[in-house]
Amino acid sequence: MSITFIKGGKVYDPVNGVNGEIRDIWIKDGKIIPPPVDPAESPQKVIDATGRIIMPGGVDMHCHIAGPKVNLARKMRPEDKRHAPHVSRTSLTRSGTIGSVPSTFATGYLYAGLGYTTAFDAAVPPLSARHAHEELQDTPIIDKGFFLLLGNNHYALQQIAANDPEKLRSFTSWLLESAKGYAIKLVNPGGVEVWKSGGAKICEIDEDIGHFKCTPRQIIKGLSQTAMDIGLPHPVHIHCNNLGIPGNWRTTLSTMDALEGRRAHLTHIQFHSYGGEPDDQGKFCSKVQELSDFVNSHPEVTVDVGQVLFGETTSMTGDGPLGYYLHKVTGRKWTSADTEMEAGCGIVPMVYKEKSFVNALQWAIGLEWYLLVKDPWQIAMSTDHPNGGSFLAYPEIIQLLMDRNYRREVLKRVHPRVLERSCLKDLDREYTLNEIAIITRAGPARMLGLKNKGHLGVGADGDITIYNESSNILAMFELPFMVIKYGKVVVEKSEIRLQVPGNTLHVSPSFDDGLVGDIRKWFESYYTIQFENYPVTADYLSGGGTMIPCSKK
Amino acid sequence: MQNELKVVSNATCTFCGCVCDDIELTVEGTHITKAKNACVLGKAWFLNHQGGDGPAARIRGKESTVEEAVEEAARILVNARFPIIYGLSDTTCEAQRIAVAIADWVGASVDTTTSVCHGPSGMAFQGVGEITCSLGEVRNRADLVIFWGSNPAESHPRHWGRYSTMPKGLFVPNGRKDRTVVLVDVRRTKSAPAADIFLQIKPRKDFEVLWMLRALVKGIPIQESDLADTGVTLEQLQNLVDKMKACKFGVLFFGMGLSMTRGKHLNVEAALALARDLNAFTRFYANPMRGHGNVTGADNVVSWQTGYPFGVNLGRGYPRFNPGEFTTTDTLARKEADAAMIIASDPMGNFSQEAREHLQGIPFIALDTKETSTTRAAAVSFTTATYGINVPGTVYRMDDVPIPLRPAFESPYPSDEKILHALEKKVLQLLREKLQAAN
Repeated sequence: MSITFIKGGKVYDPVNGVNGEIRDIWIKDGKIIPPPVDPAESPQKVIDATGRIIMPGGVDMHCHIAGPKVNLARKMRPEDKRHAPHVSRTSLTRSGTIGSVPSTFATGYLYAGLGYTTAFDAAVPPLSARHAHEELQDTPIIDKGFFLLLGNNHYALQQIAANDPEKLRSFTSWLLESAKGYAIKLVNPGGVEVWKSGGAKICEIDEDIGHFKCTPRQIIKGLSQTAMDIGLPHPVHIHCNNLGIPGNWRTTLSTMDALEGRRAHLTHIQFHSYGGEPDDQGKFCSKVQELSDFVNSHPEVTVDVGQVLFGETTSMTGDGPLGYYLHKVTGRKWTSADTEMEAGCGIVPMVYKEKSFVNALQWAIGLEWYLLVKDPWQIAMSTDHPNGGSFLAYPEIIQLLMDRNYRREVLKRVHPRVLERSCLKDLDREYTLNEIAIITRAGPARMLGLKNKGHLGVGADGDITIYNESSNILAMFELPFMVIKYGKVVVEKSEIRLQVPGNTLHVSPSFDDGLVGDIRKWFESYYTIQFENYPVTADYLSGGGTMIPCSKK
Repeated sequence: MQNELKVVSNATCTFCGCVCDDIELTVEGTHITKAKNACVLGKAWFLNHQGGDGPAARIRGKESTVEEAVEEAARILVNARFPIIYGLSDTTCEAQRIAVAIADWVGASVDTTTSVCHGPSGMAFQGVGEITCSLGEVRNRADLVIFWGSNPAESHPRHWGRYSTMPKGLFVPNGRKDRTVVLVDVRRTKSAPAADIFLQIKPRKDFEVLWMLRALVKGIPIQESDLADTGVTLEQLQNLVDKMKACKFGVLFFGMGLSMTRGKHLNVEAALALARDLNAFTRFYANPMRGHGNVTGADNVVSWQTGYPFGVNLGRGYPRFNPGEFTTTDTLARKEADAAMIIASDPMGNFSQEAREHLQGIPFIALDTKETSTTRAAAVSFTTATYGINVPGTVYRMDDVPIPLRPAFESPYPSDEKILHALEKKVLQLLREKLQAAN
């Protein structure tokens, strides 16, 4: 039994309606408790948070930190690390490299150092789930999990074409359980399979995807419904078709329409909000206004931004044809890695330049999203790490959102045509600390269905970040005063003080055993590993794992 | 004593990079008497398996307890100024992860047998990227399969049957009949009879031929004279290019005939670039034919923990990568290392003379399942249990697919993982003591 007492901090806990009030927080055995009445329950550790700001630990709901494509990117890009800062070994902690794709231990330390205590990898092919879990075991301190790629899975496509929601639900549940995954991820639904089959690309969501005789719209409908039917804590997580293509906002809007009121999360929405024509850069413009109108009138839809920051990074995606597109646009090296029956993958080095019209507009479009979505509970902060930039840029984004003068200064530096093609210059909104707390922890935790995270109410996990209150927003968020994980101080004065493993969060939905025979038959006809060797066992779960229950229908 | 009879289904063979996981083992006590589905190499691996019979640990040739040997090994590593850790491709990822941790704690170089097989492929990958896929993609889609500098009939006997040329798949329902198989090599190997087309090129001309293929794919005119001394004609190459452009799914499997002959990483760069370029016309892939059972796992583990795939030095307290500088043969040949730990590898049997001579002269630790020239020369040696036969864990197939192991029977010897785990604990203890003494 261990009690930690955090005294006198200014608390931002939007879930519980606490907006910058001085509060005490008590944590016992890793969970937040009410102030003990029994005087025998005296705290083992007292933290004086007077003059400091307290928020729940940050939650990154969409990043790429573990698994095959992340590791391919590490292998492919030694040049990305050569001049970058590194993480040095200490007597307590492991060393690592940073660059745009940090090594695993470095990833855990850097997230924790930034006040983030939970992060989800957004795209893992089920066949590589074991790999992702091994990396997560080597990613310390933070809780973590991943989304499973399903939007181009052959068995799923067959059930969607056959309009068999029962089988689709059983298969999805079986797959999530087998891979110890957390949510359903669609990446360019249907489009990756078209690419793998030698086709060009999918342009519209009602286009037939060939061999499998269904459309992206049917995939979106089928799997968004499946997520709800299973009662998954997180709804379907969608990377729309046509990422990055000028004019793609129509596809994004059609995707939103295709949901027909079902719950869904649309990810890195910045990359999907472009007006103009595919082959004419001159007409490239922002369509955030039109898309955010939809989000503002549909509370069942949430988004994360995928903010672009200027500088060098690595694009990595389960969207195979996108990798080829970026290779063609940039002329740089390109890795593609397709997974049998399941998924694709593309990796290309990227530079986002202030003086590039396209890049500067992408930057502005991301910020428009933060500023035009009215309800902060519907929008989560992300860079789609490392696609738009590193997660290490979150403090920079916070500064851009909280300080319109700073925002306008940067706007002056970027390509001037952005002023015409984006409404960013006209947006006066400044985020409050409470709103920042929503888009960086409370909101993402709610979207993920993590009832014990993102808030500081009784029963919540003792994951807490304490910041030095300061008018220098960047410094305040870059270097938290202290980070607490399950009630234990893990970071103090920018140093890791305790290395805990962190837990892998996963779901374990029930499914109809009677249908496994059919899955098995399909599996054995096409896969190259044994059916029995496919499921990931519990010993691969970091920290023993934490199962997040599905809600009852 | 009556030997208990049991059957282990879906066991995984770790003999080569194919990592076939459909083996059915019949086990009688501590002997495997049948290995159904295994190839000739796999059968030899399972049926002829003999655990070591020597002591579990030796210090300078004398039998010792494992605890004493762990302590001595930790002392050697902690007291060294430039230790190196090498091998790792024939053990589990679980053991590899601890080995890299130890390298980190003591500031060692960590390097794997990749540096003497497909290291150049790794460097080529860093130059141009790689268009690759899991082997099931080949099984289900490939209608053109090219092997270059690889002799699967002898090195990966089940590759054809399980993955690449024979199996029926979703888009190739007639299996071999739906595929064209091409072999390119400098000699007519035992793989040649199985190919539809065999191109015998002159030794050390791989790069030239690959580069000419790239030119033809791009429509750049080539003269017959450009192909002088390559052993192939323009007609042969044009014919191959036509097939590559016309196929629906092509794949180029390349072996050490490409990565370890003149040109090394440049050869592989040419192959990777050729496959990449072909994606302007169709889907085309390039995959390395990896040798050791878990060399692909070693690449993955070293990459995720340090950011680099092999040839990593941690001496400055953070990872640095430089093949040629931090790769083991080079470090040893330049007489730079002053201690070493060799895990599941036999450098005394296959390194250059300079490297062997230096290794012999420094204190080093060896972990192996049997006595080798390396364990015999080691200051501290451990006999360990065999992965896949005695030890569970994870291995990565040549296409990066992770596969679990199902051991057949227990070994009297501890696993690499267990020894390394104890060693890491001891190393950390000694480092703490050293730090306290310094303060």
